Formats: sequence, structure tokens, C-alpha cells
Amino acid sequence: MNLPGLSFEQAPPFSVPLRFFLTAPWFLVLAAALLLWEGPGIFASRWLPAALALTHLFVLGFMAHVMLGALLQILPVAVGVTVPRPRLTAALIHLPLTLGTFALAGAFLGGGPIGFQIAFGLLSLGFGVALAAFHLAVWRVPLVTDTVIALRCALGALLMTVILGLLLGGYFGWGRLSLPIVSLTNLHAVWGLAGWTTLLVAGVAYHVVPMFQMTPPYSQRLSQWFAPLMIALLIAESVLILANWKAMAIWVEAALAMGLSIFAIRTLILLNRRQRKIGDPTLIYWRVSMVSLLASAALWLLTPLVPGWAQTPHLEWLMGIMLIFGFAIAVINGMLYKIVPFLAWFHLQAQLLGQRKPPNMKRLLPEAHIRQQFLAYLTALLLLLTAALYPALFFYPAALALGITGAWLGMNLFSVWRIYRRTLCEDR
Amino acid sequence: MGQITRFMSDGHRHCDELFAAAEEAVDNGDLVASRSRFQAFHTAMTHHFAMEEQALFPAFEEASGNTMGPTRVMRLEHQQMRDVLAAMAAALATDDLEEYLGEAETLLILMQQHNIKEEQMLYPMSDRFLENSGDAVIQAMRELQEDSPV
Repeated sequence: MNLPGLSFEQAPPFSVPLRFFLTAPWFLVLAAALLLWEGPGIFASRWLPAALALTHLFVLGFMAHVMLGALLQILPVAVGVTVPRPRLTAALIHLPLTLGTFALAGAFLGGGPIGFQIAFGLLSLGFGVALAAFHLAVWRVPLVTDTVIALRCALGALLMTVILGLLLGGYFGWGRLSLPIVSLTNLHAVWGLAGWTTLLVAGVAYHVVPMFQMTPPYSQRLSQWFAPLMIALLIAESVLILANWKAMAIWVEAALAMGLSIFAIRTLILLNRRQRKIGDPTLIYWRVSMVSLLASAALWLLTPLVPGWAQTPHLEWLMGIMLIFGFAIAVINGMLYKIVPFLAWFHLQAQLLGQRKPPNMKRLLPEAHIRQQFLAYLTALLLLLTAALYPALFFYPAALALGITGAWLGMNLFSVWRIYRRTLCEDR
Repeated sequence: MGQITRFMSDGHRHCDELFAAAEEAVDNGDLVASRSRFQAFHTAMTHHFAMEEQALFPAFEEASGNTMGPTRVMRLEHQQMRDVLAAMAAALATDDLEEYLGEAETLLILMQQHNIKEEQMLYPMSDRFLENSGDAVIQAMRELQEDSPV
């Protein structure tokens, strides 16, 4: 057996993933600013342009930034393949993604067709480069493991999400095609959240949960079949929605929600059986994330069953907040606290060449700072959920709390980078 | 799962258990238990490195004809872990439990990302390359473990 493309080389330069991680939190602050600017009226419907701008500040500004940056870092570890020319690739993803997020939010907020055209160009460049680089990597791996399968499925779902998003952006930018906008928007969201986001989290969880929290492993049945089954359901859902077979689609949606629940419950059970006895702030983030995933899946299951629920905008907001802010942003926030200090330590020890000992992870980012930011995060989550139900009372506190937790995360990560720079300078 | 993958992954889980036990003692501020449990963990890690560097890696390199590939990086990472283990030992020697926990957190990530590479790629590849000599390699590793000084 030869080893085509197998590379154990450890890591791309620190700047490659770091730029994504340092940018992302400030989009949460921007989302908070948008909420304060728009006022409680934004909660009237998720279809309001301002609501769509807000959603994309979360999913593109925060989530996509960290997820793509992290993939550049973890592919060599998880599947043994590096992305070629990492600096150039990172620049060609990061800059268009950051500018494209601004352009899209601006377009929703009144930038008109030209705004959508600019966003279309920037985001197709950024995601195009990312999709090409990552798909080339995961389809060339020397050994196909469960993680590789989950990553292939996640990246397939990202491809679908991006194609649907570009179709919609193209429609608003040029408007020549006649498209079923509502169906495509719903499919875009489902592929992005139940596909790309959930499957990437699952692929990472198969390793991170058992190894970093020292729990028993996921059952092989789950780690082998969860991602492919979810993809099969997403394809069925797309066909049924586009063919307008709504009655059948409800059953597929129920199966998707069941899939999300099974993954969430399984992970929560494993976390309860962890061997590592000392507290760990990332663990709390994982638990909040999985409880939120379970709650949003339950809401998704129940909505068609309870008369009147499907038409209630509050419930759509509740589900969106739980899925995006409660599930995805929590787990990403928690993981950043492992990734960023570790990478800073890792690159320091490589550059200090054994002449000096690099500061350890808890010196790079004291646990107290992490716990304080977690409290801010939890406050923001609870306030946002209450604000969806009682906007008059809780809207402004929720927006403020969101801004605070975003800024706090941003400063915590920035402080790691500052210590990293200082330690390197002292060496010279 | 091949026999080398199983044998070596079990070794990782054993080291994990000892790591968690030592960390728990340090977190409780129990100096005596901390020292003895860290010693057990340190010894198990050193054994595991020795089994790989003296038996598994040479067999892998010979069978694959590749000494500059995966095993080179794995040896490099062993050295990084030895450095952090030394820092943990130094912290315990000066009763600096905070420092120990910070180094332990760092070691945990370093160790687990290393384990992922081995369990996902290197061990399964070893099982393929060493299909006929797997028993002998495992036997050689067992003997090494018994002979090693504690």
C-alpha cells in the first residue's frame, strides 16, 4: 500500500486559522448592534429583511468563519490531509467571507440589488475556494474512517447550502429567474443547520467528546450511519418540498428532528459518564449546546402536531435562537477555548525551540475569564429566548447581553494572541 | 478493528485513566496521592512511547519503507509530550498545583490530538502493513513493557 497524499505535518501557520477566530466574535457584537438599532419589531417575523440580516450575521459572520477556519486546522489531524498553500487559501476564504457577510447584511438592510450582486460575488469566491480545497482533501484521504464519512457528508451539505444561498442571492440581485423563494429559503436553512452544521459538529464530536472529556466512545452504528442517513433524509426532504408534497415532507422533517434528538441525547449520556473528574468550562458549553439541540428538535417535532403553532412567529424565533445561538454558537464558543490557547502554546513551543518553556494553556487564558464569559453567554441565551416570547420587556436586555458575551469572547481570544506576541518579542 | 489498533488503543485508554486519576488528586490538593498517581501515569506514558519507538515504529518503517513519514512526526510529538511531562513533574516537585493543572490541560490536548492521528491512521495502517507479523510485533511490545524499569 502506498500513501498518496498522507501528511502528518502538524499544523498550518498560526495566522491561518487565527484570523477566522479573532474576527468571528465581533459579528455577535454587530448582531447585537443591529438588534438595538431595529428594536423589538424585528421579532414580528423571521422573514423581515432585518431578521434575515441578523441571521446571516450569526451564521456567516460567526459560525461559518470559525467552522471554515477550524477545518483548515483540523483536517491534517483528523484525516491526515493538508490543504495546499494554506496562507493563500486562508486569505482567499477569509477576506471574501468577511466582506461578503457585510455586503449581504447591508443588502438585506436596504442595499438593493447591487448589494446582493456584491454579496453574491464575494461569497461565491470565498465558499468556492473553501469547498474546492476541502472537498479535494476529504475525497483524497488514504483511509476512510467514520470521521471522513461525516466530514464528506457535512461538506456535501455545505455545497447544497451554498448553491441554494447563491440561487436566492442571485434572485434578489438580478431577479431574472422565477423561483419558489419560500421553499428554497426553508431548504437553504435546513441544509445549513441540520446538514452542514450538525454533521460537522457530529464529526468533530466523535473524537472530541470521548478523548477530551474521557467518556466511552460513540457506538459504531451511530458514528457510521448518522451522517449518511441525515443526508438521505435531507435529499428526500428537498425532493418532497420542491414537488410540493407537503404531507409527506412533514414525516421526513419528523425523521430529521428524531435524528438530531438521537445525536443530542447520545452525547448528553456520554458526557454524564465522563471519567475526567475535574471541572472544565468547555464541558458546560457542550451540555448547553446539546440541551438546546434537543429542545429545538422537540419543537420542530411538535410544531405540525399542535394546531396553530405552525403559524406562530414566536415559535419560529424560539427554534431559531435555540438552534443557532443555543446549539451551534455554544459548542463553537466552547471549542474555541480549547483550540485557540492550545494553538498559541503549540506555535510558541515550536518557535522558542526549547530555549524557554512556553506559558501553559491556563496561563494563556485563565479559566476564570472563560467562566465569566460563559455566564454572560448563558444570560444572553436565556434573555433572547424570553425576548422571543415577551419582546416588550426583555428585548433590550437581551440585545445588550448578546453584545457583552460577543465582545467578551472576542477580548478573551485576543488576549491569548497578545500574550503569544509578547512571549515571542521577549525572546528576541 | 485490527489487533495492533486494539492493543495500542487500549494502551491509550489506560494512560487516560491514570491521567484523570492524577489530575483529580491534584485538584483535591492531596499532595501524596498526586505524586504517586502522577508517577504511575508518567511511567505508563514512558512505557507506551518505548513500545512504539522501539518495536512498532521500526517494524512499520521497515514494512512501509518510509522512515521520514508518519513515524517521524509521531516521534517528534512524543518529545513534545516528554517536555510537558517534565514540566508537570517540576510543578509537583515545587508543590505548584496550579501550574500542574495548566500543564496537564496542555498535555491533554497534545496527547489526544496525537492519539487521534495514531488511532485513526497510523495503527490501522500498521495493521495492514504488518498483517503477517502483527502477533510478533505485539509480543515484542509486551516483552518490552515487562522488562522496562518502573
